[in-house]
Amino acid sequence: MDAPNSLVLAVIGVAMMLAGYFLYSKFLAKRVYKLNAEFKTPSHQFEDGVDYVPTNRYILWGHHFTSVAGAAPIVGPAVAVIWGWLPAFLWVTLGTVFMAGMHDFGTLWASVRNKGKSMGALSGTYIGNRGRNLFLVVIFLLILMVLAAFAVVISNLLVAQPGAVIPTWGALVVAVLVGQAIYRFKWNLIVVTAVGVIALYGLILLGNAYPISLPEEGAFGLTPNAIWIILLFIYSGIASMLPVWVLLQPRDFINGVQLFVGLGIIYGAVLLATPTVVAPAVNDAVPADTPSIVPLLFVTIACGAISGFHGIVSSGTSSKQLNKETDARFVGYFGAVGEGLLALGAIIATTAGFQSLTQWREVYDSFSSGGVPLFVEGGANILNAGLGLPQGLAATILATMAILFAATTLDTATRLKRFVIQEIGQIAGVKIPTLAATLIAVVLAFALTFSQGADASGGMRLWPLFGTTNQLLAGLSLTILTVMLIRKGRPFLPVLLPAVFVLFMTIYAALVQLVDLFQAGDWLLFTIDIVIVVAATWVLLEAVISMLAAWKGPKDPEDDVALTEDQKLTTT
Amino acid sequence: MHGFGREGRRRRNRPKAERDLVPPAGPARWFQRAERGLREFYVAPYRRVFARAKRDEEDLFMMLVLSEALGVPNPASGATLELLPEMLDRMHDWHIRQGLDRSPMDGMQCC
Repeated sequence: MDAPNSLVLAVIGVAMMLAGYFLYSKFLAKRVYKLNAEFKTPSHQFEDGVDYVPTNRYILWGHHFTSVAGAAPIVGPAVAVIWGWLPAFLWVTLGTVFMAGMHDFGTLWASVRNKGKSMGALSGTYIGNRGRNLFLVVIFLLILMVLAAFAVVISNLLVAQPGAVIPTWGALVVAVLVGQAIYRFKWNLIVVTAVGVIALYGLILLGNAYPISLPEEGAFGLTPNAIWIILLFIYSGIASMLPVWVLLQPRDFINGVQLFVGLGIIYGAVLLATPTVVAPAVNDAVPADTPSIVPLLFVTIACGAISGFHGIVSSGTSSKQLNKETDARFVGYFGAVGEGLLALGAIIATTAGFQSLTQWREVYDSFSSGGVPLFVEGGANILNAGLGLPQGLAATILATMAILFAATTLDTATRLKRFVIQEIGQIAGVKIPTLAATLIAVVLAFALTFSQGADASGGMRLWPLFGTTNQLLAGLSLTILTVMLIRKGRPFLPVLLPAVFVLFMTIYAALVQLVDLFQAGDWLLFTIDIVIVVAATWVLLEAVISMLAAWKGPKDPEDDVALTEDQKLTTT
Repeated sequence: MHGFGREGRRRRNRPKAERDLVPPAGPARWFQRAERGLREFYVAPYRRVFARAKRDEEDLFMMLVLSEALGVPNPASGATLELLPEMLDRMHDWHIRQGLDRSPMDGMQCC
């Protein structure tokens, strides 16, 4: 096959996702989820100005999208193109259209139809108490994995792109100042946003001029990667305990703005530079350490194709703010499309951002050499060709962007982990204070990261395992959705088939990794993987049991019969 | 922010109170809407966190005001006694949140 132009790839990909939105999501909305504009959503039913607030759908989409999109849809594709661009491209586009969109949209709908309850609570309702405990276990693992994997990602970037060191840490200062400007000095938000973004880019220029590298031989017997990881965990521990308005809130905001700027820059540059894809469609000469494409592709790219984490956001916050049920299609499905676009951008950057096939093979010389640093390198070449930015500066911009995304996830996840630990403590009857819970969270993640060697070089063993856990969560959510649909007597195959596919790939991948980890003698990850296999098998069993029960049981009536006047939205 | 051109001048020449009542037109309105949207984008994700923090603070304050009735000596009881009528309205929600079915104070029953 002739090497295609990346613009063709971008156009086909975008067209597929848009077609997915306009055609497939419409089908889902009409036939499967049967959205009803008359239905009184939880935001109206329980409106309290705090959790339940009817929100304009465009703003809600903005929140939803920025909460679900992070560094993961960049890392996954940047690793997975090692099998060639075609498999990654197909999995991202078809996955977004038939799985991620359906899943995010569906979990949002399911929660809206159940008083805005979270997927965890719904698994209690539809699968039973065991389902609920299962959910806690999976979430615990997922967050732990996120912490370790993202710390490795950031530290790799800081070493690979020393120009990003100043903007990465400087961005924290900018965020604190933004918070002060808003709450203390009550500046106009548009002015604050403009000043904040300009300051951030000023820092990028500064960092690019004065790159900071730790000495290569390290210090205190630690490699540079290890030192960065330690600093990152100290930071995330402190950041997660500060009052949110001081740091987390302004930083999330600046990042949200930055996400849109970044997507614009990448797609704008592709449009102007139209680089040729140099990577092979299907790589028939993969490096020796590359695992088999089936099933590993499907867990290497989780976010960007289907990700269980989105269900947590859909059912945790978005469902409580949805104004009309019919908005769920735009907010849920289009949120997944946004993330798919980010993943597609990462595929293009890592396959078209290099000069020749030989050069591409040189950088993708091992399964563990893929990842964000290559996205930054390739993306910088495209930015250089398309927008005329100097190569080094372009790399610093992309690296800073990726780090900021990952760092946001890191401290938000530390915070979440603390809550999960406190919740587990509560179940066990022990009250764990904030500081102790944070310490436990950080130390656990720290131990997991360093179980991969003091230089954290084994981070790539961690990544597929993270994807596996994420897919497991998605499988669990899809199971709940299927049970709901069976109970209502609706067409359920659009949900059941992806659920079967995802669960099959998850278990398959977990088993393959079990063998690898056993051979590598990585006992910590081996144990975690065993837990994943057990949990996945458990999900499968519970799924079959509850689906059979729903199949035999009486069917729930549809809206035209069941909806009382009280449950209807009265437009005033 | 009152816009430019003739419309803006007319607006600026009005007395202040009246000026604030009339929604601005043209680019100014656009600016205002963008600011509102951006503000929502800033505030909404953390609304719940703030509300919870505020409630915790309120609970602590309520305990200070009621400390004497709860058996904790309060050197500032003279000052907090004056606050009692103010706090009475919020009493019911508070004792429910604390896991008490009934108000802990003998003289003040709300349910």
